[in-house]
Amino acid sequence: MKIAVLSGKGGTGKTLVSVNLASVIANSVYLDCDVEEPNGRLFFKPEHPIEEDVNVLIPIVDQERCDGCRACVEFCRFNALAIIKGKVKVYEEICHSCGGCTLVCPQGAIREIPKSIGRIERGVSHGVDVRTGILNVGNESGVPIIKKLLESVDDDQRNVIIDCPPGSSCVVMESIKSADVCVLVAEPTIFGAHNLAMVYELACVFEKPVFAVLNKTLAGENPSKTFCIEKNIEIAIDIPFDEELGRVNSNAGIIVEVDENHRELFMDLYDRIQKGVGHEAATHS
Amino acid sequence: MKQLLILSGKGGTGKTTVASALIKLHQAKVCADCDVDAPNLHLVLSAGGERTKSDYFGLPKALIDQKDCIQCNRCMEVCRFDAITFDGRYRIDQNACEGCGVCEFVCPTKAVALYPSVNGELILYHGRETVFSTATLSMGSGNSGMLVSSVKKQMLSIPMETDLAIIDGSPGIGCPVIASLSGVDSVLVVAEPSISGFSDFTRILKTASIFQVPTLVCINKHDTNPNQSRRIKDYCEENGIPFVGMIPFDPMAVQIVNQGKTIVEIDCPSGNATREIYLKVLGLLFRREKS
Repeated sequence: MKIAVLSGKGGTGKTLVSVNLASVIANSVYLDCDVEEPNGRLFFKPEHPIEEDVNVLIPIVDQERCDGCRACVEFCRFNALAIIKGKVKVYEEICHSCGGCTLVCPQGAIREIPKSIGRIERGVSHGVDVRTGILNVGNESGVPIIKKLLESVDDDQRNVIIDCPPGSSCVVMESIKSADVCVLVAEPTIFGAHNLAMVYELACVFEKPVFAVLNKTLAGENPSKTFCIEKNIEIAIDIPFDEELGRVNSNAGIIVEVDENHRELFMDLYDRIQKGVGHEAATHS
Repeated sequence: MKQLLILSGKGGTGKTTVASALIKLHQAKVCADCDVDAPNLHLVLSAGGERTKSDYFGLPKALIDQKDCIQCNRCMEVCRFDAITFDGRYRIDQNACEGCGVCEFVCPTKAVALYPSVNGELILYHGRETVFSTATLSMGSGNSGMLVSSVKKQMLSIPMETDLAIIDGSPGIGCPVIASLSGVDSVLVVAEPSISGFSDFTRILKTASIFQVPTLVCINKHDTNPNQSRRIKDYCEENGIPFVGMIPFDPMAVQIVNQGKTIVEIDCPSGNATREIYLKVLGLLFRREKS
């Protein structure tokens, strides 16, 4: 089963939920798709991770052959090419690697070369197979890294926990496409509830079963809880605000390893997801 | 007019809480929310005036006219975004299509063409003396960087006599953040004192420095992890980055924000600390101008 953990708003506890959920499931895979800010590895601290570069193709122009006809510049919809003093200049950072310029060049003056945009780190820690995507600072898009990470678990029969990026854009979509279930983590603020609504809509577009985890709950009003009740979203678990949890988590500790109550809470989350998805599968068959 | 952008790297460190407080304190006439993936600033800014909405067109998307398609498979071969699927007919996944136009170029029968596509909605609040620009990205759309550029352009579309625009940014270090950095005079980074927060904090500082925008740093909820707070302060000192203050953990902040207010509208520890930060930021921003 592939479980995507997402939230819309940042900082609601996606990594907390993903890391601890992966830790209570025997023989699981933790996939960090938040490639702009990958933090799961700081909790798992896998020893001697294996690193693999992720490359994209970018054009390189043979200035001898180029006659400055502008065909490539006019074709490129991302404005990644320009003619400066009669020569084609490539702006690598905004190139989307579509390969169009190589096809349109009448002189055959453009070819492509790989350029590293980041890397994937793989290692084992606490029995969890930890795989992290890391985007190099200064690069625009982590989508190719996320694709590669997800491909690496395509045929994996184990439980895979996908720690998604915040927001609801292309990178999040990429991360949840292949998931069997979405876990939405929400905090008890109007910001949290507003962004919960956005990712709930996204999960609905992709027709994924959803569960909510309410994090940092306090006594009093919880706009995210109200939203779940309105939309009939199952609240799988409620993680009350807790100073000890905050302390362990902020020092990159894994709470289920030091606190029995939290271990039970996350086991309960896994049980509910399993039962819920099993039920879903049964009613759909 | 100077532009101050609030960023954080890590999500949920308090960008919007700080940005809304600064806007309130400065009575900022010009502001924007560039977190188009998950915009929230409008929830606490009682933005007045007339509200205009307009469709945002990102890059166009390809469509295949089945009656002209001879199923040569050429489009599928060249598409780098896995946007073309075949189930007896060739189809284009509108979510995956990036609008590059390569399929249109290679199609021998001109069965593929690009069509305009609405990727979001721009919203402008224009009061008698205020401009607030924001937007919402359509579900699962790409091109959020381009939408961020449009939000900033919209913010500047109505000239205002004022000294400072305050802009709330998005988490991360990718395209929306990079787009929001352009034309900005200074970035205020809201850091979170945790191991994760520190790692993200250094990544956002590097990003800002690549694009040559000066940074200022404050810490939110500093007392939740004094060791990591010290580490952030030391890092600033070692790298010559101005440190402008620390906000304590304050349970009242959540309650105030949930009433749709900013933390400087009610007397509370977090609001008072933000007031001091505001004065320091202002001092640094406008001292830079004189020198």
